[in-house]
Amino acid sequence: MRNVDVLVVGAGPAGLAAAARLAAAGAGSIEVLDREQQPGGVPRHCAHGGFGTWLHPLTGPAYARLLADAAVRTGAVVRTGVTALDWAGPLALTTVGPQGPETITARAIVLATGARERPRTARLVPGTRPVGIYTTGELQQAVHLYGQRIGSRAVIVGAEDVSYAAADTVRAAGADVVAMITELPYPQTTPPRAQHARLRRRIPLLTDATITELLGHGRLSGVRIRHRGGRTITLPCDTVVFTGDFVPDHELARRGELTLDAGSRGPATDGTLRTSRPGVFAAGSLLHAVESAATAAGEGAQMAGAVREWLAGAEWPAGIPLTVDPPLHWIAPNRITPADRHPYVLRTTTLLTRPVLHITQNGRVLHRQRLRTTVPNRPIRLTAHWNGRVDPEGGPVTVRVR
Amino acid sequence: MTVTTTGLLPQTPYDVAIVGAGVVGSAIARALAHHPRLRIALVEAQDDVGQGTSKANTAILHTGFDAIPGSLEARLVREGARRLAAYAVESGIPVEPVGALLVAWDEEQLAALPGLAEKAKRNDFHEARLIGPPELRAREPHLGPGALGALHVPGESIICPWTTTLAYATQAVRHGVDLHLNSPVQRASYAEGVHQLRTPRGTLRARHLVNAAGLHADTLDRQLGHDDFTVTPRRGQLIVYDKFARALVRHILLPVPTALGKGVLVAPTVYGNVLLGPTAEDLHDKRATGSTADALALLREKGRRILPELVEEEITAVYAGLRAATEHDDYRITAHPDQSYVTVGGIRSTGLTASLAIAAHVTGLLADNGLELGPARDLAPVRMPNLGEAFPRPHQQAELIAADPEYGTLVCHCERVSRGEIRDALTSTIPPRTLDGLRRRTRARAGRCQGFYCGAAVRALFEGARA
Repeated sequence: MRNVDVLVVGAGPAGLAAAARLAAAGAGSIEVLDREQQPGGVPRHCAHGGFGTWLHPLTGPAYARLLADAAVRTGAVVRTGVTALDWAGPLALTTVGPQGPETITARAIVLATGARERPRTARLVPGTRPVGIYTTGELQQAVHLYGQRIGSRAVIVGAEDVSYAAADTVRAAGADVVAMITELPYPQTTPPRAQHARLRRRIPLLTDATITELLGHGRLSGVRIRHRGGRTITLPCDTVVFTGDFVPDHELARRGELTLDAGSRGPATDGTLRTSRPGVFAAGSLLHAVESAATAAGEGAQMAGAVREWLAGAEWPAGIPLTVDPPLHWIAPNRITPADRHPYVLRTTTLLTRPVLHITQNGRVLHRQRLRTTVPNRPIRLTAHWNGRVDPEGGPVTVRVR
Repeated sequence: MTVTTTGLLPQTPYDVAIVGAGVVGSAIARALAHHPRLRIALVEAQDDVGQGTSKANTAILHTGFDAIPGSLEARLVREGARRLAAYAVESGIPVEPVGALLVAWDEEQLAALPGLAEKAKRNDFHEARLIGPPELRAREPHLGPGALGALHVPGESIICPWTTTLAYATQAVRHGVDLHLNSPVQRASYAEGVHQLRTPRGTLRARHLVNAAGLHADTLDRQLGHDDFTVTPRRGQLIVYDKFARALVRHILLPVPTALGKGVLVAPTVYGNVLLGPTAEDLHDKRATGSTADALALLREKGRRILPELVEEEITAVYAGLRAATEHDDYRITAHPDQSYVTVGGIRSTGLTASLAIAAHVTGLLADNGLELGPARDLAPVRMPNLGEAFPRPHQQAELIAADPEYGTLVCHCERVSRGEIRDALTSTIPPRTLDGLRRRTRARAGRCQGFYCGAAVRALFEGARA
């Protein structure tokens, strides 16, 4: 049994940023655990740009190094190759690594365990079980971290940002993208990115289409695709990449019986990222799969203040539940306390054309906000400046589309 | 120790050739390995042992309570269950004796339970008893509404079918059996006291032949002039639910067979998941191991009735296996003394349970056919890596990690597979030839992420070992 002040699980952008900010503020002994051999989380294998800032653009791996160096420089201890297995008490975790098993007790625990893409099996795609089936995460690691060969003709399932990143990785590996397919009638990325892929790269985008079967014994030989109208085609290919459809990696949160959000399946938190258990915080893609690395890192840094208040003996407010009505899918954070200042993120299950969000409590409208047209799998942001109007003694607060 | 995958097969005739390295063929090879004077070949069409029905089934160690009384299957299942339970303890094969409940959901099924209890008694199984809704609810609190009662069958167990086959084959190879993989038998003939098995790797000769070819047993049997049975592959599709579902179910929940057919079962697995299935589809294609949208929808609908919370959990894997069903109700194990040949056909879902008893039975038939067994010896036990959650895994053993830190270095996080376990599998007696083979030996990539986190790292270890 060993004691630290703050134990952070997950050395991705959220965990590393939280650790760096806490260590810099002199919050005591800060330790970050990661089960991978290198710190950095998902950016480790995002060879593309888009990380860092406008003034200092970085690739994913460079960004991962920057965050890890910052955490170490401020005095946080970053331990990789160590897995947090389970809870040994309300604020204690059992771990294992090459040094053997250990129980670590902390005054505060930060869960930053991230998110992953749902694999083919969880998506219930029927067919055979050949070689050549990837998620973006596995594909990027195979190509960018290990230099492994993939097939020569790939179909990408999905048309959101991560799907286009997967297409780039396929091309970087010297293979062709046969097609991208999406169940929706439109791509879910920026118009320039979609046009670049379609016109410059000549990658066909099949919309309103679902993948209905994987074919081939041994190696994948093709995928069967059905258009919404009922027409079915077979696309010959030897690789298929299932992209997007992120789910939080909530194993520790669930083992610890923290309250989860029914929509996002991440832990329920308030605006300062306090979970349902006093002393346990959560940040990053675990809460909202998936936002940018910058958002995750921002949350990690943002949470540091609340962690320090807790270490100084602050109360753990219950907060008021914040829920969404369909077609909205989820909102994070999903509990309100009067001190919350940071914006909320939401997702929708259908296209919303310039929607107006109504936020109500006990039938009383607290706030109205018009948004840009938005599509599934893309972030929607909602400011928090209205939550001073929330009645702390009142019922749940609901967000609906009008 | 001889395991071959390429090159010409040995020219010297073997005493016995066993065609098919599934659970039955491997068990027979192991049984014959007790006799050191015999030269034995285990001949397998695919690149690994246990690649057919043995790898894709419901993973249950049966008691035989519901077999047809007096049948060969009933006797071999009863005897095999006892032998395998003991062998599993000796060899480190994970087994959990969780017991089964045959749950009745309507009056017809309820009315069928006393008959099943009676049948169990005729199978010399006396522990089965009827229980009412209160006890059923107490035993399975998450069961869906409407269950009218159940037959409780203690002793029905869950097992790792894959480790079982590998243990048999490993022990056989370590005791001198030659395992020839990638050797599909294209043509078999018998002349002048010698069997000739033509394969793409040349012709293998043997004085005695055992046909344990599973789905292809009828084809091989016909080549030797017999028309005893036809194998109609019966596909069973199964869904493997996330480990978070494991707490929802304590027993194997079996369907009550009625005139309207058999339902599906819900069962825990030794790896800590929950199985839902199987379907039963009679097919003609012996390679049709794909899953279908209709079947998955049907399974989930039936699962929702049995265990409503189950279908809310994530699905970790879907697979389909083909049972070697024939037109007969019993196993087709036949000795052909004039040909020094034994057919082991029609071994269906119970083959895993019965395997050790089948092996002993077939050894007797070979001796009756004129095979000189010679002196017998005890086999050195094998100790298989534990894949089961009910027993300590390497990452849970502090002394093991202290002695070798590789067991504390986890590669596959969902299944908590260490680099040490992967290294051990890659250097084992029968090493994996594919990533799927490595998965079956270690569980690496078998978890909920299906390789999102570890897939590339596991592949790097696999390719590194083969380079």
